[in-house]
Amino acid sequence: MSTKQLIITVAAIMLATVITRFLPFVIFGKSKKTPKFIDYLGKTLPFAAVALLVIYCFKGISFASLEGFLPLIIAGIITAVLHLWKGNTLLSIGAGTVIYMLLVQFVF
Amino acid sequence: MYKSYIIYCIFLPISEMADLNDKKSALKAAFPLTIPVLTGFIFLGIAYGILMTAQGFNLIFTTLISVFVFAGSMQYVSVELLVSAFNPINAFLLALMVNARHLFYGISMLDKYKNTGKIKPVLIFTMCDETFSILCGAKVPEGINRKYFILFVSLLDYFYWITGTAIGAAAGSFITFNTEGIDFALTALFIVIFVNQWKENKNHIPAILGLICSAVCLLIFGADKFIVPAMILITAALSAYRPFFNKGEAAK
Repeated sequence: MSTKQLIITVAAIMLATVITRFLPFVIFGKSKKTPKFIDYLGKTLPFAAVALLVIYCFKGISFASLEGFLPLIIAGIITAVLHLWKGNTLLSIGAGTVIYMLLVQFVF
Repeated sequence: MYKSYIIYCIFLPISEMADLNDKKSALKAAFPLTIPVLTGFIFLGIAYGILMTAQGFNLIFTTLISVFVFAGSMQYVSVELLVSAFNPINAFLLALMVNARHLFYGISMLDKYKNTGKIKPVLIFTMCDETFSILCGAKVPEGINRKYFILFVSLLDYFYWITGTAIGAAAGSFITFNTEGIDFALTALFIVIFVNQWKENKNHIPAILGLICSAVCLLIFGADKFIVPAMILITAALSAYRPFFNKGEAAK
């Protein structure tokens, strides 16, 4: 791609991203009263959306081979259990990530 | 355009903060919550910077993409797009799909971002998965200006990502240890936030619905196409659950 084409491509990606970010506020931001259903979604979606993010991170999982799922599952469970137990964010993330890296680099 | 954007994003929020003490205490309250994002974004930003320079893109171009697009997963996807044939419409549609989850974040934040005045566009523009999850989980400490608190969480995360990208693009070639798997930091961050939400809330139904709907759609539609169906299914499932949710709320 030429420089011009690269900039156009990045601009297209930026535009799409900006649209997804601003759309709810453009539609519902102006009215004084948010529709009740949207209000309800605003209360419940945060939990469902974080769940979606967790599943999103596991989307590359494959059960065709051991290395396709074991590192993710093991490191994921360790992160969750460590966090349920100690509740120390940096410890949970640090330990989970180091274990995952060791698993994908040396074990599988 | 660059100039007006930079003025808008940096100087406007700062000029808004008339009270320096309010600003300081809000920053102090916001920073600790963003430390995991700092770790994750620096590593992931570096990885992205390395990826981009490996494809022949320079530091400035790579950093500017982070400044203007600021969408981690889409930026990873876009590395592939930027080295293939010119197709901006495809790039546009793909970005819409990958970032569709921002619609959820927007709806969730309608209330929180109300009455934030001139900084509102900045908050909306700098929204990301991590800022969203922090703001969902965090209770603004007492005596802390809510508006500044939200602003600092957003801006800190934004700058971590840009900084990570710039470091990766500038110094990526000096990193000699094997960084394979370092992207798990983000997965771990979401797991941690999920666990936090689980601990702090008695009603687990929305979280469980989110897990089930997403997993089912991942199995049916596959890794590349499941997000939009999952969003639709989640919305449908939450609608079905609504009468019960209201009952539970009234009983409290």
